[in-house]
Amino acid sequence: MLAAPMYGRLPIVKMLLVTLAGTAAISAVMLSINWDGQEGSTAAPKIDDLLNVMIVLSSFVFSLVMVMLFYALWKFKAKPGDESDGEPIHGNTRLEIAWTLIPTIIVLFGGAYSWKVLNDIEDKGSNPMTIDVFSQQYAWSFGYPGKGMKFIEGEMHVPVDRTIQFKMHSQDVIHSFWVPEWRIKKDNVPGITTTAIVTPNKVGTYQLICTELCGFGHASMRAKVVVESPEKFEKWVTGLKKEIPDEFIKSIEQDTETNPSEPLDAGGA
Amino acid sequence: MLAAIKRPGWYRAVLGAFAGAAFGVGLVVVLRAISGLPIWQTEQTGYPHVVVPLITGPLGFLAGLGCFDYWLRWAVGAPTIPEDHSQHGARNWKDYFRFNTDHKVIGIQYICTTFFFFFLSGLMAMLIRAELAQPGTQIVDAATYNSLFSTHAVLMIFVFVIPVFAGIANYVLPLMIGAPDMAFPRLNALSFWMLPVAGLLFVGSFLAPGGAFDAGWTGYAPLSTGAPLGQSFFNLGVQFAGASSIATALNFLVTIITMRAPGMTFWRMPLLVWANLSTSLLVVAATPFIAGVQFMVLFDRILHTNFFDFGAGGDVVSYQHIFWFYSHPAVYIMILPGFGIISEVISTHARKPIFGYRLMALALIGIIVLSYSVWAHHMFVAGMFSWLRVPMMFTTLLIAVPTGIKIFSWLGTLFFGKIHTYSTAMLFALAFIVTFTIGGISGVMLGMVPIDIHVSDTYFIVAHIHFVLFGGSVFTIFAGIYHWFPKMTGRMYDERLGRVHFWGTLVGTWGTFIPMHWVGMDGMPRRVADYASQFGEWNLLISIFAFILGAVQLVFLYNMIVSWRYGPRAEGNPWRANSIEWQVSSPPPIFNFDEIPRVVGGPYEFGVPGARHAIMAGEGAEVKEPQPTVVGSP
Repeated sequence: MLAAPMYGRLPIVKMLLVTLAGTAAISAVMLSINWDGQEGSTAAPKIDDLLNVMIVLSSFVFSLVMVMLFYALWKFKAKPGDESDGEPIHGNTRLEIAWTLIPTIIVLFGGAYSWKVLNDIEDKGSNPMTIDVFSQQYAWSFGYPGKGMKFIEGEMHVPVDRTIQFKMHSQDVIHSFWVPEWRIKKDNVPGITTTAIVTPNKVGTYQLICTELCGFGHASMRAKVVVESPEKFEKWVTGLKKEIPDEFIKSIEQDTETNPSEPLDAGGA
Repeated sequence: MLAAIKRPGWYRAVLGAFAGAAFGVGLVVVLRAISGLPIWQTEQTGYPHVVVPLITGPLGFLAGLGCFDYWLRWAVGAPTIPEDHSQHGARNWKDYFRFNTDHKVIGIQYICTTFFFFFLSGLMAMLIRAELAQPGTQIVDAATYNSLFSTHAVLMIFVFVIPVFAGIANYVLPLMIGAPDMAFPRLNALSFWMLPVAGLLFVGSFLAPGGAFDAGWTGYAPLSTGAPLGQSFFNLGVQFAGASSIATALNFLVTIITMRAPGMTFWRMPLLVWANLSTSLLVVAATPFIAGVQFMVLFDRILHTNFFDFGAGGDVVSYQHIFWFYSHPAVYIMILPGFGIISEVISTHARKPIFGYRLMALALIGIIVLSYSVWAHHMFVAGMFSWLRVPMMFTTLLIAVPTGIKIFSWLGTLFFGKIHTYSTAMLFALAFIVTFTIGGISGVMLGMVPIDIHVSDTYFIVAHIHFVLFGGSVFTIFAGIYHWFPKMTGRMYDERLGRVHFWGTLVGTWGTFIPMHWVGMDGMPRRVADYASQFGEWNLLISIFAFILGAVQLVFLYNMIVSWRYGPRAEGNPWRANSIEWQVSSPPPIFNFDEIPRVVGGPYEFGVPGARHAIMAGEGAEVKEPQPTVVGSP
């Protein structure tokens, strides 16, 4: 297959078969593990599928490296006392082109696939509901601009199967909004409004975790997230007593949008 | 006594440090008086009475030590002292604690200083893992914990990994290209002495009111602009480490471009030289960005500028753009010299020419070009303008290609060789290929925006950076230290202890950092002193392996110290290598070569009958005699 005669002396077919067997074995083990945990949004299975495809491709690359390394160590290890040199092979242009082009194709494929997934998970749909997220050292609070500007601290409820557009604000330093089951994360940056799109599709109680170092209370900066049926949600949200306080309204108005091309979406649903 | 103070040295250095600090305080007092500010009031985070002396004190120390003597005389037009080589070379151990212009002494100074900080920072890692062994707070409170991981990272990056490579290259590179020294020996000495200053500033921040800097090594604004005094120690330490790094890189560039031995064309340079050439190109262009951005933070803190103050027209996200415009190329600054080391070690111990030498060199150039176009992959969730994410994703993924070329070429070098694994250096080089492949794979995954959104700022990131920085860079550093230990010290190290160190490090690295991938993907954020109890068992396991990893480094320390003192004498060329540094005695003579060698062929001509890389002084006569013809291969 390869031009240089010395590679005729290598059991290339056998090495490839072992590589494929290794790929299958590693992939089987790796895919049986639920790496990212529970899936709680429409984005989650898409991201997990991408991860699984990458795990299979990576298993192939890793197996190939291991087969090459251990074959070489087994076959070409010097005998004790052997002081002679190896064969003066300086390279092989075809092989070098191959291991430049094949990885290029693999990563370009991965990039294109990721691009598609990114577009899918950031699709706002036609009728997203807007929720304002306010963060400050070391607490979360939430506003519902489409629901009479209702406001609550430390706990957020969202309806299931409804696309939600989070508008994030920070009052002091950078925080980051992460619900692992939703696979969505976005920094809350003082001075700008950042946006994240999520469609939760599993009823349950989750945790919102701050993932950007924000000071000594960073580790404990969490909030409860409840995903529930639209009926329950409506009842809960209308039952809220507080409205978004003035200082938070002020910060919404002052913050610049990171994507100014998007229409300012104050009303939401 | 007066004579001792006038001579460059430690007395004058201590005096200079105090004089510099006093000048700094005086300057602040005078400037505040002129500006009509209350003279002694300290702003909450500013503390100019501390920050300015932190700049002038170290400069006084460097001046006292003698770093500027020659230049100052020249600058003011005084007669310069004729070079009598009294500051060149080490005649006894005390010369290692002086301003010394010999690249070999400076190399040793670099390596010992950086390893001091490696062990100090490693102790911090042990404290971090002790705290994380169980959920809840046991050993340190959350604020101290933040200081610990910030200092751990800063020491490892700025005063261990980056400068230890400069140290190894300082020692090896001039010998390798057949040069008598670096191009600018005095600048070289200054570069070194700025390094302990940087390290002491980082460590000294623990003494500052409010504790050591705790905004992470990334020091994101506005957390850093509003942090207590310790943050300024970080801002200034980075200046000294950065200046040291830039000056060394300039020195390497000029040395490599102008001081190669006759006959050493670019395509006959060993790959370590290529690696340091490309690293230096990165350093000179990228490092000014971190220096600049830390100055901006410092100005926000003490001069009340508004670079990153969102309430006053500042832009928070721009800090990250400038920071990563340095700090992504910095990860290549931390691995390319290691690539060079691995090429030398593998080729020598496999007794084979490097497979695809030219493509290996071109891959380095490809990496440095691409590395300037990937910085925003650290910011996929940072709230920057979103269109930048996809182009940066593609450049990030493409940078895996030249890196892959290097991995496959090292593997290709092994084929049809005669692989010797008796040297610990070779073991680390082979293990590096495997661990770095894993780090590369997780890096490709992180480059993909959707995956990155989920795992950004989690333990997956901690796992990835430790796989590439510990399993990558530090493995190459160990390979390099073991490989050139005989050359540097003239002694052999103990291979048995080397193997204990190797296997312990390998098991410790995998055991510590592999499970971190999982806890990160499963929901554990990074930079937390406490975590959800569901991750308790995994963290206990990680901590146990981390302690193994830490303990086994003591074997390395023991091996190095005892072998340096009592190890068996090393021959000039114990590994039967081709490059020039191995053709001189171990350790090399003070002025390297009696006569500059002539380079007649490539550096890795193992197995080519009659091929030579260089002809050393005194061999000219032999060549004239009727002997097998010396064939230079192109």
